[in-house]
Amino acid sequence: MATTALDHAAPRYRSRSALYDWLTTTDHKKIGIMYVINSFIFFFIGGLLALGVRAELAQPGMQFVDEATYNQLFTMHASAMLFLFVIPMLAGFGNYIVPLQIGAPDMAFPRINALSFWLLPLGGILICSGFLVGGGAAQSGWTEYPPLAGAAYNPGAGTDLWLMAVALIGTSSILGAVNFITTIFKMRAPGMTLFRMPIMVWTMLVTSVLVLLATPVLTSGLMMLFIDRNYGGGFFDPAAGGVAVLWQNIFWFYSHPAVYIMILPAMGIISEILPVFSRKPLFGYKAFIFATAAIGALGFSVWAHHMFTTGQVFLPFFSLMTFLIAVPTGVKMFNWIATLFRGQLTFSTPLIYALGFLTMFLIGGINGAFHAAVPVDFALHDTYYVVAHIHYVLFGGSVFAVFAGIFYWFPKMTGRMLNETLGKVQFVLLFIGFNLTFFPMHQLGLSGMPRRIADYSSSAGWSDLNLVATIGGFVIAIGLLPFLFNVVISLRNGKLAGDDPWEANTLEWATASPPPAYNFDRLPDIRSERPVFDARHGAAAGH
Amino acid sequence: MRGTAPQPATEPGDHPDEVRGHDDVTAESQALTPVEHSPVGALAHDARGGLSNPVMGMLLFLVSEVMFFAGLFAAYFSVRAAAPQWPPADFGDYLHVFPLAGPATAILVLSSFTCQLAVWSIRRDDRNGFVRNLAVTVVLGVVFLVIQGSDYIMLWSEGLTLDSGIYGSTFYTMTGFHGAHVLGGVIMLGVVLYRGMLGQFSARHHDAVEAASLYWHFVDVVWIALFTTLYILPGTPAGG
Repeated sequence: MATTALDHAAPRYRSRSALYDWLTTTDHKKIGIMYVINSFIFFFIGGLLALGVRAELAQPGMQFVDEATYNQLFTMHASAMLFLFVIPMLAGFGNYIVPLQIGAPDMAFPRINALSFWLLPLGGILICSGFLVGGGAAQSGWTEYPPLAGAAYNPGAGTDLWLMAVALIGTSSILGAVNFITTIFKMRAPGMTLFRMPIMVWTMLVTSVLVLLATPVLTSGLMMLFIDRNYGGGFFDPAAGGVAVLWQNIFWFYSHPAVYIMILPAMGIISEILPVFSRKPLFGYKAFIFATAAIGALGFSVWAHHMFTTGQVFLPFFSLMTFLIAVPTGVKMFNWIATLFRGQLTFSTPLIYALGFLTMFLIGGINGAFHAAVPVDFALHDTYYVVAHIHYVLFGGSVFAVFAGIFYWFPKMTGRMLNETLGKVQFVLLFIGFNLTFFPMHQLGLSGMPRRIADYSSSAGWSDLNLVATIGGFVIAIGLLPFLFNVVISLRNGKLAGDDPWEANTLEWATASPPPAYNFDRLPDIRSERPVFDARHGAAAGH
Repeated sequence: MRGTAPQPATEPGDHPDEVRGHDDVTAESQALTPVEHSPVGALAHDARGGLSNPVMGMLLFLVSEVMFFAGLFAAYFSVRAAAPQWPPADFGDYLHVFPLAGPATAILVLSSFTCQLAVWSIRRDDRNGFVRNLAVTVVLGVVFLVIQGSDYIMLWSEGLTLDSGIYGSTFYTMTGFHGAHVLGGVIMLGVVLYRGMLGQFSARHHDAVEAASLYWHFVDVVWIALFTTLYILPGTPAGG
């Protein structure tokens, strides 16, 4: 099973600088790592913007920024976190892991893969350059509803830069999706049938289908809004014969599937980690796959639950479908819990973060499911309750899964282990800070605090909980310092990982850490969804 | 699509020998194949049969393109359904099948046929026929763009502009994005034509031709839908 590193045998190319090598690479592993680094950069930018929001809300009155700047802070916080952190981060994991897990030498279209990546920093620079132009960055919320986002109320170039940047980032996602689907259907190693693919690969496949079908629709909406703002178009202007709610329909037709784009690969990461650290196969492998596909399919029939209060949508249908989509997610919860049940758990950092995901995502799922009931939604629409919900699924869900994935695959990517103690310190700080920040928001929402306000009255009774949330926000920020320190010291002095430090199941662990160019010199036989497990225990099991 | 079906672990004959044999390519034996820089270089990139990678990639990309135009069509029908009459008052008499749009449609449909003839030629290894048919296709594509441009100039001077209300916004946005796709297709086919004249394609190696032709057919189909919707579909009278 042990694999020989190929360094000594690899042909020597004319040596170029490492920088040139990284800037021009078409290797999916280097591109995947660049995705991760780029995403973390925007994670920290988005995090600083969030700290600005929390600082301003810590107590009643305007202390730090004016209202217009505040609008830019929360708009750009959400835009950076969604478009430049969560989605690309998960795509980056996919980029690194999918070809390895299916035993392929690279993605199907390596150069298009590089293009997909380089569109991201370009879009990021474009969207952030809004801070430098007159009128400031985009400030109508990440949803950019017209008429607020129209030229009349937001004449500045920031919104136009936002529209173009999101179109570029969307193009990156679309090209990535084409690449993933082709790679998964065409590049699997002999023996790697569809129902032997790791769950991570399955979730990337379903995610890619969602990207392929949903993202171009958003692009069309972005173009229409751009035309409305700059060339006197009338799509969203009722005075010119347009329909204002049309934007919401187009936007949520993308953005609801997009929340599955932001969580399905995270579920894939968790489903890779739980079996390894429970020493058991994933419970209900096929059920999990069908549940993933069901979420993907149902995801296209629930977008209007974001628009219940517009009075323009057929409430019973969208309410029913929204209740329905909770079912496959519930199936997955059972998959995960049953995988842990009676397993031999080793509480390494990846499992700890995965357990953080399970608990926090469960809260986020349940507090969101209430909103499928139209009366509840009418009461809580656009309150801080919704802010609590999306942070429980996106931070409690996706971000904990991202850190689980980082701790799990860092040894594969770099050849060195991250420090376990620092990882656990980071987890405790993040977990406490996260709940301090976002749990009070449930109560703030129930007591009527609207989202996206820069100030509130001291007599509203929201002051204490807002202060708690702000303290929590800074605890999260402090909790990220051990991570940065951990990465730096582990890259230099971390424990050497070896090929397979976790005794894992899937093919990325059947090659060196980090893997050589083109990944494998030989593959184990693939007779199940756990080929590396089979190879490790093959002799004992009599294969 | 054979690659999508669940397969047994070892299916004799499903994988070419060089693929199955890649297990044996070790670090030591690599010196024997200096041309292949990768230890798995012998693993063909599309060894699983069925569609080639470029054709599959293009088909998937076209799915996303369909969804892009679906967004535009959805917007069109939304504003149309919300309007009291369609075309809106004062916009009744702009879009005519003749003299320009109808012939332009015929030209684009014809170019799809010549494009397919080019594909069939190169599948037979008939490089001359391939180049000839593809050149005609590119010319027809350019002619379509010229006609569309003249149509724009005419309509614009008559008062149908992008900012003249929703009728102009939808017309120019939909046909404009289509025109941009035609331009992209002409450039794509132009590159393929150039490569064809250099003799880079043969019956065995012409994935780029297949992929570009798929794109061209897609552009054609979108235009037929646009033409039908914008020029043929009867309007809704006031109070109707």
